[in-house]
Amino acid sequence: MTEELKIDGPTQARPEDAHAQGVLSREAARPDGPLKVSGRAAYAAEYLPEGAAHGVLVRAPGRGKVRLANRAEVEAMQGVLCVLHDDRMVRNAAQGTANEAPVQGVEWAEYVGQPVALVVAETPEQASHAAARLRVEAGGSKGAVTPGEGEVTDEDVTTSETGDFEAAMREGAQTLDATYTTPSHVSAAMEPHAAIAEWKDGCLTLHSALQMLKFNRNEIADCVGVDPGNVRVLAPYVGGGFGSKLGISAEAVAAALAARDLGRPVRVVQTRRQVFEVNTRRSETRQRIRLAADRDGRLTGLGHDALASNLPGEDFAEPVLQASHFSYAAPNRRLRQSAERLFRPASGSVRAPGEAVGVTMFEIAMDELAESCGIDPVEFRLRNIPETDPERDVPFSSHMLAECLTEGSHRFGWADRPAATRQRQEGEWWIGTGMAAAFRVNLLMEAEARVRLSPEGVVVETDMTDIGTGTYSILTQIAAERLGHPPDRCEVRLGDTDFPPGSGAGGSVGAASTGTAVWLACTEIRRQLAEAMGCSEADLTLKDGRATCGNRSLDIAEVIGDGPLEGHGHLQPGKALKKVRQSTFGAHFAEVAVSDVTGEVRVRRLAGTYAAGRILNPRTARSQCHGGLTWGIGMALTEALEHDRRDGHAVNRDFAEYHLPVNADVPDLDVEFVEERDDWAGPMQAKGIGELSICGSGAAIINAIHHACGVRVRDLPATPDRVLAGLA
Amino acid sequence: MRPFDLTRPEELSAACRDTNGENAAFIAGGTNLIDLMKLEVETPGHLTDISRLGLDGIETDAQGLRIGATVTNSDLAADTRVREGWPVLSRALLAGASGQLRNKATTGGNLLQRTRCPYFYDTDTACNKRAPGSGCAALKGEQRNHAILGTSDHCIALHPSDMAVAMRALDASVELCDAEGESRRVGLEKFYRLPGKTPERETHLRPGELITAVHLPKAGGDRQVYRKVRDRASYAFALVSVAAVLRMKGGRIAHAALAFGGLGTQPWRDPEVDALLEGETPSQALFDKAGEVLMRDAVVHEGTAFKVPLGKRVLTAVLKEVTA
Repeated sequence: MTEELKIDGPTQARPEDAHAQGVLSREAARPDGPLKVSGRAAYAAEYLPEGAAHGVLVRAPGRGKVRLANRAEVEAMQGVLCVLHDDRMVRNAAQGTANEAPVQGVEWAEYVGQPVALVVAETPEQASHAAARLRVEAGGSKGAVTPGEGEVTDEDVTTSETGDFEAAMREGAQTLDATYTTPSHVSAAMEPHAAIAEWKDGCLTLHSALQMLKFNRNEIADCVGVDPGNVRVLAPYVGGGFGSKLGISAEAVAAALAARDLGRPVRVVQTRRQVFEVNTRRSETRQRIRLAADRDGRLTGLGHDALASNLPGEDFAEPVLQASHFSYAAPNRRLRQSAERLFRPASGSVRAPGEAVGVTMFEIAMDELAESCGIDPVEFRLRNIPETDPERDVPFSSHMLAECLTEGSHRFGWADRPAATRQRQEGEWWIGTGMAAAFRVNLLMEAEARVRLSPEGVVVETDMTDIGTGTYSILTQIAAERLGHPPDRCEVRLGDTDFPPGSGAGGSVGAASTGTAVWLACTEIRRQLAEAMGCSEADLTLKDGRATCGNRSLDIAEVIGDGPLEGHGHLQPGKALKKVRQSTFGAHFAEVAVSDVTGEVRVRRLAGTYAAGRILNPRTARSQCHGGLTWGIGMALTEALEHDRRDGHAVNRDFAEYHLPVNADVPDLDVEFVEERDDWAGPMQAKGIGELSICGSGAAIINAIHHACGVRVRDLPATPDRVLAGLA
Repeated sequence: MRPFDLTRPEELSAACRDTNGENAAFIAGGTNLIDLMKLEVETPGHLTDISRLGLDGIETDAQGLRIGATVTNSDLAADTRVREGWPVLSRALLAGASGQLRNKATTGGNLLQRTRCPYFYDTDTACNKRAPGSGCAALKGEQRNHAILGTSDHCIALHPSDMAVAMRALDASVELCDAEGESRRVGLEKFYRLPGKTPERETHLRPGELITAVHLPKAGGDRQVYRKVRDRASYAFALVSVAAVLRMKGGRIAHAALAFGGLGTQPWRDPEVDALLEGETPSQALFDKAGEVLMRDAVVHEGTAFKVPLGKRVLTAVLKEVTA
């Protein structure tokens, strides 16, 4: 039996406040943790079947028509089985939820670095050597690679306008008109993209590192021309995704094609350098932000004009303005987003697409305007919280920004902060503090899950992936709580398209979407138990394997009887988001030290206070926020994928030269959650937490740099040379 | 990676003989060579493992310290004699790479590590150092970790070592041995070549010649500082680094040895900077002058222009600290 739910309005009950079993919303370790730290959790590249061959992708050194100059010579090399140069190979990775093949055809290279061939050999060493020997000729085709020089067509521009923005800018007591830039970013997941493809009787089994299997199955099937029903995709463990594994990429398609041609399994693992250029990057952005405020520090005009890039034909444009539509009240607004066509590697979703860079730069602008208004930055934001969605006539489903700002500033000790810049010095180091708000739209996606209850315990099955976020933990807790079992009697099985399709991991939707599907499946089982007990589901209490109804109490095993009980949950988003604006909120606070000699910045403290509905597991939620804050440090200070100015290729494509923050760059991080229930978020009142802490944390650091030493950095990252340019 | 032969000799002469060909290379820690071989930037057909030659000792002698070529960076940094007598070396070592790399990387290998120029690592681009005569993609490309001192129209690749910078300030010399068993000592100032028209030739090592040890004379100054500026707090190459070995006498600078990382095509030392400082009373004007002298021949590009002001500021800060 399937328990269906469409979220069209607020839920009427909060059964999880009752906590019979008492495992939900509690700290819980990851059931997969011991497997991972002891190396027993097998990742995609580790399911090496007997007789597997090894493939290595080869890139195009230029843009244009592709020719393999010495294919026969390479095919004759020791151990080489084939050089695949097949027009079904993909140029770009599929965008998230594409559900169909991305652009195919490797006779043409659209960008420098595009994979154009796969060399397959008996051993990985033979394959990589032969791949290095394959001479690819591609070039001759010119195209814009520099931001501001690409083509922008009318359909690539979207504008929304409210009131009279220009008049507000003319008449504002204080105004700001500033342009900010962010560079390309990469997901840089620790596990490289990898695939093992095996065909049997016309059916493909693909072990791969992917985030959203139900879409990925259709994408790979479309690429290789088979019915999706004949494709099984497995990804029970994924070593980080951050958006780069939302859609299938070159290695999976090439592995599937080569395995079919050769009649044996083929493994393809992207090299680290390929990971940096083959999978979608976050586009660089240029953001012109214009703000006007009245004498009381209330915004009268809000303008955000963003430019991002992608390859021709790619629909995705970094949704920079996503939160600007609702973050602050202002009667006169102009939001404009443009996508230009640049021949750099394709761009797509990277951790918190949109808000990661949009909120961050907007929060720098808010800091600048607060200063010119002479108002404390926390107070400035409090004054501009909208009552309702400022562009659509709908209320917020819940809105706890004020609570986050107030509690966060109290926890950080914000009140002690001197208002002026350059007030505190320790030796050569300027010390300062800064803050920024956090916004991230909340989404639910369709999800299904199956739960089986037997005397042995509970089994949960869905094709949902755990890309390191803690999905195994949370789904275990939900099932344990709903069905009254200790967590060690609940087994969660993920990452297999033979299971019911979950939401997939992406956009912070996993816990609330697939979690709700599990919740619904358990509800269906609870109903069956209640029926057997002769009571209503709402009156049933399940705890420690016992079912209690009024004064009747039975072992659940007794109630089940002969066969296991099975429930199927199916969540659909419904019309809720047409009726309300739904978001998560937060406040970031940072303390930095800036060297007056070198312009080096060291983050001394970084704190976040967040509201994201019911927190299902504080430990995994906090861990997500630690990751996001670290992204914030990287965005503010170190991360930039550099593109060669002549041909757009990614220059610094390894971990030595693409500077992620290392342990020494990350101070103690302080994360706090504000208690919140959002009844529009489903029966658990839980919202996504994964990406919220990236959305603005970098701005708190940039604002703290300004407070410390008076230097305002508008082009990220704030590397020593950029800070020094302001100090000198 | 191109297939290669590996020998693991236990005698020095055998090691030099094994490696006495165009296409042979010594390998110790392999922290740089293996990376380059994977990318086929380096394609030796023969590797000689020198880890069994007993070159891993540190000894004191009448002149100072003799450091075996395969002493790891971690062991060298932790050696109490180094920490007491040559602390600038210990600090420079610990400012470099990561703990894992320092555990493998060796003294001789560190001196010979290749540049981090991204175009050198990318076999699809032009690089005179990797493929002589092919051109230099960095000159009009993305520059950041590139040199501004000692460059040529053919190459602006930076020498990335921290350790070697401290060794230059300490007047280190290298002990070399060839296939005939001939041994010679070369001061670091004469060990490296400027790129000129042949950036592929980085040192004066002869074919088959192996670094067997580094000699450090007793330090010329009791005040020793290593300061490194970088994009992140650990595991990043220097934007600018300064090693200072200095002695004060009666309020004047009696001995000054300044060496620089992040600026030069080789670990950089400029005798004119040292000469300018020696005998003088420390002052801001003197430090400014030192910066001017250091940068007098700097050749900057768009991406490296910041190194001139940054280098001067760090030099001044180090001189202030070390003369205080």
